[in-house]
Amino acid sequence: MKSPLFPYGGRRHTHAVGGAPALVAKAVSAGYPDATVLALRDVTLSVPVGARVALVGPNGSGKSTLLKAVAGLLPLRSGDISIYGNPVGACHHRVAYLPQRGEVDWRFPINVRKLVSTGRYVHLGWLGRLRREDREVVGEVMSRLGLEELAERQIGQLSGGQRQRALLARTLAQEGDLLLLDEPLNAVDAATRAEISDVLSDLRSRGKTLVVATHDLASLASEFDGALYLREGRAVVPEPGAFTGLPVGEAAWAG
Amino acid sequence: MGRLIEPLQYPFMQSGLLAAVLVGVTCAVLGVYVVLRSMAFIGDALAHTILPGLVTAYLLGLNLLLGAVVAGVATAFGIGWLSRRETLREDTAIGITFTGMFALGILLMSTANSFRDFTHMLFGNILGITPADLALISGLALLVLVVLFVFHKELELTSFDPTHARVMGLRADRVRYGLLILLSLTVVAGIQAVGVVLISALLITPAAAASLLTRSLPRMMFVSAAIAVFSGVAGLYASYYFNVASGAAIVLSCTACFVVASVVAAIRRRLATTGSSEADHTPASIEDGTPVR
Repeated sequence: MKSPLFPYGGRRHTHAVGGAPALVAKAVSAGYPDATVLALRDVTLSVPVGARVALVGPNGSGKSTLLKAVAGLLPLRSGDISIYGNPVGACHHRVAYLPQRGEVDWRFPINVRKLVSTGRYVHLGWLGRLRREDREVVGEVMSRLGLEELAERQIGQLSGGQRQRALLARTLAQEGDLLLLDEPLNAVDAATRAEISDVLSDLRSRGKTLVVATHDLASLASEFDGALYLREGRAVVPEPGAFTGLPVGEAAWAG
Repeated sequence: MGRLIEPLQYPFMQSGLLAAVLVGVTCAVLGVYVVLRSMAFIGDALAHTILPGLVTAYLLGLNLLLGAVVAGVATAFGIGWLSRRETLREDTAIGITFTGMFALGILLMSTANSFRDFTHMLFGNILGITPADLALISGLALLVLVVLFVFHKELELTSFDPTHARVMGLRADRVRYGLLILLSLTVVAGIQAVGVVLISALLITPAAAASLLTRSLPRMMFVSAAIAVFSGVAGLYASYYFNVASGAAIVLSCTACFVVASVVAAIRRRLATTGSSEADHTPASIEDGTPVR
């Protein structure tokens, strides 16, 4: 993928460091501005290229905060994050983020196709216009998520499940290598759930790295290679018998 | 027909009409962003806060445009600075800055010998536009429209999803400052036409009317510009034939367009709810059973 002429954030897109894991978070602490309590304390996570890792924990355990910190939405209070061996912000184009409930103004007068197209913007940068290959990618992901019929709809006319599919389509349209998905299956109907699950396993077969915040303990073993358990902003040892798989927390680091 | 052509023989009407169209289109297109981003209040405030800049520049014999832009940009940053820690809500910060700056402008005016020179700044004087004014207005209009076109993608994205913009490194706050600078420039261009007091009407009313009529952004800009052009021309003719203030007549034409747009939108809604055959207006939630948030 060519780097845009005038990338957002002012930095040229950096190449991945050979052999580096997709994501390494070392003793990361982060918090929201104005909050006195840190939402994330001393969390360590290492995700090899191509792995699917679940972030598991109750609401408020720090799953979303960790994803936001990796996406560059929250400054770190301490610790260090590297993505393909680069600091946060050096490879925006590689990191695609699906927020839990997009902070999208759904009344805004754009249609679904436009919303999905914004996933390509990171490859265009300032002054860049959508090229034919961008439109092709957008068309592909829209058909994969069953959005073709809705392409010309104003985004506010979509149902909850359709909105989630549109946001996921945008995340996929970016063609990132590391996908950060914050509860992609939350609050969607059964059909959408099945469709999204299919897309996620398809991503795995294409060698993408996934970090997914989830509530769904039942599907951990079948859908993920490893899991990090969080509680009150800290990494915790899972209960006996819980799925662990590939070590991704402190243990991965020690070993 | 004769009544439509008659005023056009006067050069002051020709340049007045040209100015009204240029200012109207610029305000109308930029105004779509102002309305969609809920920046109506800050737009109005910005118009008022550039008054001290204008007056100071006038009193010192400096370039009026420079004075206005400096004051506009200073206000934009001042508001951002006052509300940055969220100890003050943004609308409160705007209220403080805007009234303070406007009062400063009036105070400065009162130090000058003749207060009358400044009524043009307050209420506009579109029929007294000089060729130099017209050149300035054209230049500003062109600049603002070109910038809006070139950065449309970024303005659009940061308007409806600032989080996604930030994830890819695009700073929504910087884009917002850019928009505020464009607003200052537009206000400067519009002052000759309707004055600082009424300029925000040109920014907000046509765009708001257009937002009631269409759900597509480019069409909204087009409709908004059309309303502004119509109102500018209608207002000037009204001013010519009934000898009323031109700025006020232009703004009232915009207001009338808004009323018509509201009625059209209400009728359309009524038609859509009674005739359920119109698929476009059926809430999508019915189709797959999930509630729209």
